[in-house]
Amino acid sequence: MVKKTLSNVYMAIIFLFLYLPILVLIVLSFNDSKTRVEWGGFTFKWYIECFQSETIMTAFATTLQITVISAVISTIIGTLAAIGISAMKARSRAFYLGSTNIPLLNADIVTGISMMLLFVKFVELGFVTVLVAHITFSIPYVILNVLPKLKQANRSTYEAALDLGASPLYAFYKVTWPEIRSGVFSGFLMAVTMSLDDFSITYFTKGAGVNTLSTMLYTELRKGIKPELYALSTILFFTVLILLLLVNYLPNRKKSTALERV
Amino acid sequence: MNKLRRQLLAGPYLVWIIGFIILPLLMILYYAFFDENGSFTLEYLSHIASPINMHAMILSLELGVAATLICLLLAYPLAMILNNLKIKNQSLVVFIFMLPMWMNFLLRILAWKLLLNKNGVLNTVLMSIGLEPVMILNTPAAVVFGMVYEYLPFMILPIYNSMARIKKDYIEAAHDLGANEIIIFFKIIIPLTLSGIISGIVMVFVPALTSFAVSELLGGGKVLLIGNVIEESFMQGMQWNAGSSLSLVLMIFVMVSMTIMNIFDKDGEGTAVW
Amino acid sequence: MKKALINFVDISKSYGKQLVLDEFNLYVRENEFVTLLGPSGCGKTTTLRLLGGFETPDKGQIFFDSQDITYLPANERKLNTVFQKYSLFPHMTIAENIAFGLKISKKSQAYIDDKIKYALKLVNLDGYENRAIDSLSGGQQQRIAIARAIVNEPKVLLLDEPLGALDLKMRQSMQYELIRLKEELGITFVYVTHDQEEALTMSDTIVVMNQGYIQQIGTPEMIYNEPENAFVADFIGESNIIDATFIEDEVVEILGVKMPCVDKGFGKNTPVDVVIRPEDVELVAPDEGYLVGDVTSLIFKGVHYELDVMANGYEWLVHTTKLVPVGSHVGIKVTPFNIQIMNKPASSDEEAVEIDE
Repeated sequence: MVKKTLSNVYMAIIFLFLYLPILVLIVLSFNDSKTRVEWGGFTFKWYIECFQSETIMTAFATTLQITVISAVISTIIGTLAAIGISAMKARSRAFYLGSTNIPLLNADIVTGISMMLLFVKFVELGFVTVLVAHITFSIPYVILNVLPKLKQANRSTYEAALDLGASPLYAFYKVTWPEIRSGVFSGFLMAVTMSLDDFSITYFTKGAGVNTLSTMLYTELRKGIKPELYALSTILFFTVLILLLLVNYLPNRKKSTALERV
Repeated sequence: MNKLRRQLLAGPYLVWIIGFIILPLLMILYYAFFDENGSFTLEYLSHIASPINMHAMILSLELGVAATLICLLLAYPLAMILNNLKIKNQSLVVFIFMLPMWMNFLLRILAWKLLLNKNGVLNTVLMSIGLEPVMILNTPAAVVFGMVYEYLPFMILPIYNSMARIKKDYIEAAHDLGANEIIIFFKIIIPLTLSGIISGIVMVFVPALTSFAVSELLGGGKVLLIGNVIEESFMQGMQWNAGSSLSLVLMIFVMVSMTIMNIFDKDGEGTAVW
Repeated sequence: MKKALINFVDISKSYGKQLVLDEFNLYVRENEFVTLLGPSGCGKTTTLRLLGGFETPDKGQIFFDSQDITYLPANERKLNTVFQKYSLFPHMTIAENIAFGLKISKKSQAYIDDKIKYALKLVNLDGYENRAIDSLSGGQQQRIAIARAIVNEPKVLLLDEPLGALDLKMRQSMQYELIRLKEELGITFVYVTHDQEEALTMSDTIVVMNQGYIQQIGTPEMIYNEPENAFVADFIGESNIIDATFIEDEVVEILGVKMPCVDKGFGKNTPVDVVIRPEDVELVAPDEGYLVGDVTSLIFKGVHYELDVMANGYEWLVHTTKLVPVGSHVGIKVTPFNIQIMNKPASSDEEAVEIDE
C-alpha cells in the first residue's frame, strides 16, 4: 500500500515536471497582463495578435509548404527505394542501409552544416535548400517503415500474380501495395513529424529571409518572449495532441501503434 | 531480369545518397583538412586544442553526462512504475508521458524559460512564500535542467520497452529460487533492461552533447558548449575550416556512442524511439 | 503409510468475481507423484501457484511439513518450481542459471561447481555449462529448468505443465525422464497438466479437477476404470456415457434394454449415468447382442479400428481389432463388469464436457 502511494506520488511529480511548464504556457496565453506572471484577466488578444503577426503567419505558411512537399517527395523516393532495396543482394543492400543510417544517427548540427557547405557552393540558400534538406533526413524514416512490410509481404504472391498473367505494374498495385500501404502511410506521418519538429538542420540551410516556425521561434526567443508566442504554442500543442489521438485511436487501427512507431 | 528492374527503383535514392548525404560529409572533410588555397593542412584540426575549444568540449561533456545521469535516475523508476501499472489503459498512460516528445522542442524551451525567468513563475512562487528568488537562468544548471526536460522521454521509452519485454515468469522463477526483491532487481531486472538503458543513454547523451539551441536560449550566451562554438564559427565568424574540424570531432564522438549502443542494443530499442 | 507433507485446508480463491477454488482440501504425502489434472480454468494451476507462493488464498491455510506457509513469500519456501515456458534467465549461461539459487543461499564455489556437474549429468546434458540459453532446443531448456530447480534440494518439486510446449515425441521421452528423476531424487512431485495420458503414465495419484472442485482422487487405474462421475469418465479417455435407469441391484436399463451389471445400492428405478469404454463394447452377431445396430463409420487407427454404431438412438463409439464394414448389421454386448454406473451429476462441474485441448 505504501509502495503504491509512493509510486503514484512519483508518477505525479514526473507528470508535473513534464506538463507544468506547458500548462503555465497555456494559462498565460489567455492572460491579459504585460507582466507575465500576474493574472490580469481573461483575453483572446494574444491569439488575435498571433494571427495578425506577419512574422508568425509567414513562418507558418513556409512550414506547411516545406512539410507537405518534403513529406510527399520523400515518401515517393523512399518507398521506391525500399522496393529496390528489398530486391537487392546482401552487399548492395548493406551499402544502402548504411547510407540510410547516416542522417538518422549523425548529430543534427553536423548534418545541417555538411549540407550547408555543399549548397553554398552551387546555389543561394533559401526555400529550395531547406526543402532538399528536409527530404534528405525524411527519406530514411520512410524506408525504415516500408522495408519491414515488404519483408513480411509474401514474395510468392507477387510472383503468383505474374504467373497468372498480371503485368508487373498491375501485380504491384493489386498484390504488393495493399501489404505495404500501412508502412507507407506511417512513413509519411513520420516524415511530417520530423519535418515539423526540425530546427537544427533548417537553421543551417535556410539562409536569410526564410523562416519555419522553429527557426522563427528561435530568433524570437533570443530577443525575448512575446505573449503571442504563448498563443501559438497553445495552438500547436493541441494540434499535435489531436493529431496523435486521431492516429492512435482511430477505429480499425491497432492500439498503441504510435508508441511502436515513435 | 525482373529483379534487376525492381532494383532500379532505388535509383533516385542513390542519386540522393551521393548528392546529399555523402558529398556533404566529404565537404566537411575537405574544409577540415584543406585551406583556402586548397593545400592540405592539419592546422585547423590543431585548433581543437585551443583553450576555448577545450573548455567548450569539456563543459559539453560534463553537462551532457549530468543531464544523461539525471534522466536515467528519473526515468528508471518511472519506467518500472509504468510497467507495473495494473490498469487496462497502460498504453494511454505511457502515451501521456511520451507526448511532450512530439512537441516542437523550442516550445518546450519557451515553457521552461517561463518557469525559470528572473520574474518567472518559480521566483514568483518563491517570493510569495517569503523565500529568496533564485537566479538559475543563464547558468549551466539551467542548461542541464533544460536538457533533462527536453530529453527525458527519450530515456523513458527505451527503458520502458525493455522492461515491458521482461516476462513475469523470470521474476517468479527468481523468487522461486530464493531471490528477494533486491536480488531480483540487481540480478534480473537491471541486466535484462541493460540494452534499454544503453539506448536511453545514447538517445539523451548525443543530442545533449551536440545541442546549441538549449544552451543558447537557457544559458543566455554565457554557457558555451561545443555546439555553440561550431554554430558561431559558421554563422558569425565565417571560420568554416575551424568549424568543420570541430564538426568532424563531434561526428567521431557520435559514431563512437552509436557503435557502443549497437553492440549492446541487439533488440533495436534505440531505433524504435526515432 | 507415509505422512502428509503438504496440506491444503479449506482454500478458497477468486479472481475478481470468478471463483477459482472453493473450499479446496487436499493433502500430498511424502515421495508421492501427484498430478492435478483437469481442463484449463479448473483451478489446477492456481493450486500450484498457491503452493509455490505466487498467490495467496482468500481463505484457508496451507501447511508444509506441519508449518503454516500460507503467507510465506515464495523465496522462503523449501520447494521449487519448473515453469511451463522454462523461464530460464536469458542473460545468463546454463551454469549461471543453475547456480542462481545456490548463490543466493551462499554456498561455496566448489559446492556450486559440483552441484552443476551433478545436475547436468542427472538431466543428461553434461558439458553444457557454458552454452547460451537460446542455443538449446525446447526439451533441453526444460531439462535445464529442472536441473536449476533440483540443485536447491527442494523437498517438493512443482511442475506446471512442463511438457506443454514440446512436440509429441519429446513429450513422451520426457515422461520417462521425469519418472526416472523422481525415483533417483526420492522427492515429492506435484505435477499439473491437462493431458490425461501424461497423468496416467507418470502419477502415483491423480487429482481430477473441474471448476474449482476435486472430482476424484485415486490411482491412475482407479481413475480410468472406475470414474466416479460423467466428468471424470469423459475427461479420462473416450467413453460412451449414456443416460440409464438403475432398476435394482445388478440390473440396469440402458436405452430401453435391461442388462446385468455388478453394481449395487443405487436404489430402485433411479436415473443414473452409465460409462462404457469403447474397447469394452463387443460386436457380435445380431441375434447374440443386447442391442442391434448399424455401423455408420469406420476409421483405421493403427492398433484398432474406430467405429460408430447406431443402436437404439445412441451412437456408440467402439474400438475393435476386427474389420466390420460400414453398413454392417451388428449386435452389441457388454460384460457386466465393464458397465460402470455413476450417480447423475449433482452440480454442473460434474457433467461431461467437450474438451478441446
